[in-house]
This record gives sequence, C-alpha cells and structure tokens, in this order.
Amino acid sequence: MSTGDLDDTIAEFAATLSASLDGATIDRLTRLSGGASRETWRFSADGTDLIAQRQRPGDIREMLHEAAVVRAAGDAGVPVPKLLHAERQDDGAAFMILEAIDGETIARKIQRDDEYRDARQVFARQCGSALARIHAIDHATLDGLEPVDPIAFYTDVIDELGQPHPVLELVRRWLIDHRPETSTQCLVHGDFRLGNIIVGSEGLRAVIDWELAHLGDPMEDLGWLCVKAWRFGGAPPVAGLGEYDELFDAYQAASGIEIDPDVVRWWEVLGTWKWGIMCISQASAHLNGAVRSHELAAIGRRVCENEHDLFLALEGRW
Amino acid sequence: MTDPVNPHDVPTAAQLVESVREWLERDVSPATDGRLRFHTRVAVNVLAMVERELELGDSHAQAHGARLEQLGMADDAELAAAIRNGDLDDRLDEVRGLLAATVADKLAVANPKYLA
Repeated sequence: MSTGDLDDTIAEFAATLSASLDGATIDRLTRLSGGASRETWRFSADGTDLIAQRQRPGDIREMLHEAAVVRAAGDAGVPVPKLLHAERQDDGAAFMILEAIDGETIARKIQRDDEYRDARQVFARQCGSALARIHAIDHATLDGLEPVDPIAFYTDVIDELGQPHPVLELVRRWLIDHRPETSTQCLVHGDFRLGNIIVGSEGLRAVIDWELAHLGDPMEDLGWLCVKAWRFGGAPPVAGLGEYDELFDAYQAASGIEIDPDVVRWWEVLGTWKWGIMCISQASAHLNGAVRSHELAAIGRRVCENEHDLFLALEGRW
Repeated sequence: MTDPVNPHDVPTAAQLVESVREWLERDVSPATDGRLRFHTRVAVNVLAMVERELELGDSHAQAHGARLEQLGMADDAELAAAIRNGDLDDRLDEVRGLLAATVADKLAVANPKYLA
C-alpha cells in the first residue's frame, strides 16, 4: 500500500468517525496497534481524546456484542471506558468509539516505577472488587455470549495446530480428572490481567479489552490473573503485585461468594496449560505466514516455561 | 560408513551468530528506543538461544531419544497420543520423570534463567 493509499484510508476512517460523532472535527488520528483481527486508533474529536477499535473484515468475533458487554459493565459500576458509539459498516467490519483513559498498561512499568508505588499496594484488592462486579452483571439481555468449555476448546486448538506436546497431554488428563463443579454460570471477562487494565497512581482505573468475554465459572478470571506468565516476573501470585488473600478477601466482601482456593488453583493450572497452547499458536501465526514476526516466532520457545510451571504447580498433586 | 566431516570454513555457525548478537547488543540497541529497542532485545535473545542450541542440541536429542525409547515411543506425537489414550496409565510416574528431564533440557536452551 502506498503512502497515498494509506492517507486516503485514514481520511475515510476520519470521516466515518466524524459522522458517528455528530460531525465532530477529528484530529490526530493515529494507529496505536494492530493485531490480526482488529486495530486500535487514538484521535481527538472537537478536542476530546477518544479511542476507536476497528475490526478487520473476516474477524469471527462480533464487536457489537463486545460493545454491549462494555456498556453493561459500565452500568454495573465496573470501571470501564465509556462507550460512545458502535456500529457495523457496509463492508461487514464493525467499530466502536470509547473514551480515552489516561494511565499505564505496561506491566513492567506498573511493577517498577515509583509513580505506581501506592497503586501496587491496593491493586490485588481492587481486582477482587472489580471482578466481583463483573461477575454480578445481569447477562440475560446480552447477545452472543456462549458458554465455553476451555478443555474441549483448547484440545481442539492444539489438535488443529498439529504439534502434540506430551507434557500438555499429561496436564490435560489431570485437568479432566480434577475438574471442579461449576458453581454458577456468569459473565467472565476472559482476559483479566496486566496489559488489559489501565492503572494510575491510585490503582486500577479501567478494565479494557473485553473481546474474550463469555459465560463461565467466575473463578476462571481469578485463576487467569494469577497465572505465572501474567506475574511478568514478579514474585507475588496476583499479577506479580499482591497476595491471594488480598484478592480473595476483597472478592468475597464484594460478592458474598465464598472462594475455594483449590478451585482457583485449578483454574490457574488450566490457564497455564492454555497459555502454553497459545504460545504454540502464536508461533504458528509466524510460521504459516499470517503475521511474519520474530517476536511471535520466539514465543514458540516459551512453551517449555509453561511446562516447567505446570510440573511445579502439580508436584505432589498428580 | 564414515563420520560426516564439516567442509565449511571458520567462523563456525555458532561463532557467526554470536558476532551478529554482539553487534546488536553493542551498536544497535543503544541507538534505538521504544518498540524498536524491545524488538532488538527479542532478536538478541533469539540469537543467544540459537547459540545454546548449537552447543547443546545434539546431546539433548540423544537424551530425549533415549527417554522415548525407554517408553517404546518413536516420537513426541506417539507419546502424546499414548498419554491421551491411557496406554501409559500404569507408567505415569515414570513418564512424568522422563518428561521433566526433557523440559529442563528445553529450558536450558530457550531460557536458562527461568530455572534459576
């Protein structure tokens, strides 16, 4: 694509954004990131900073469903960016416009920079409270939320990748044999961790990236937050920042749901197994040419970190 | 059958990779910032991994092959299928011990700091 084409595309998108915001003047439209399925843009509309997320044609997820979840979360008191607009365009791709929230999402900075010293003290508890609110959302009126059986889903993923891993098979057997009964079926964020949470000096400011929201066991979100990879090298179990008790106490206080630590632990093992499979999948995106990237290629060699973590987590529990 | 003899000149493959890694660390990385510096660091890590695999790969392959043979398996795919089907249910402790050793070898190449 030539620079001229790119300029045209940006101008066209700016006009679309303007039309959906009552003819507001659009400035500084800049792409922040682009994955295989969606792009994130930042811009100002009549001087107000906003974010636009746009689906690429062919993305199988339904962004309008996600937009409805974000709106419901805001109504339920979950800290989220305000949703200003969501629509599907004629070419089939959808986009949504959200309030831009200042703050940090990069784990390394949140874990180390002085600015977040106070935030680190309260973060695990704030996550507990936010998750309790997410799980209490009335999802009956929300479309497109499917219950997901993660073992069946990720077994299909690894089988389709065609790279069998004996350690992941051992753990799959353990997960099946020790599967807890699901207490309740609720709205699960699906990717609640550093990177998808905007943090300010006072702590958790907004929960973003709701594209993996689905129906499931509420403990799935708590376990995923504690997966070793999402500690980003930090020692404490909750996002590398806080202790299990802080997360559990705040969650129980806000939800009235009693937490069984063994169930969260099962979901943590499930999450580690799942991230191992996702590492294989990300390297495959490079190998099959979908996104050529040495960063994705290198992630393929992180599978053994998860295998090692799984052996540690299951020592004496097989 | 004679042993294979390498016809290539020095530097060795490992030494060539090492030279590029050193250049990235010494000259490129300080001249970059943000995303490009991050991707340079990823590249340095990848090359260091290749250096370790060139050094350790043969002995790891031998050791993993011996472990598979002990279990009567030709490769990882056969072993994975046997675990899923329950064919090794009476030997799972043994399987876990052997696979833990393989995982340690994989980490020794991919990210030795992870074991520390």
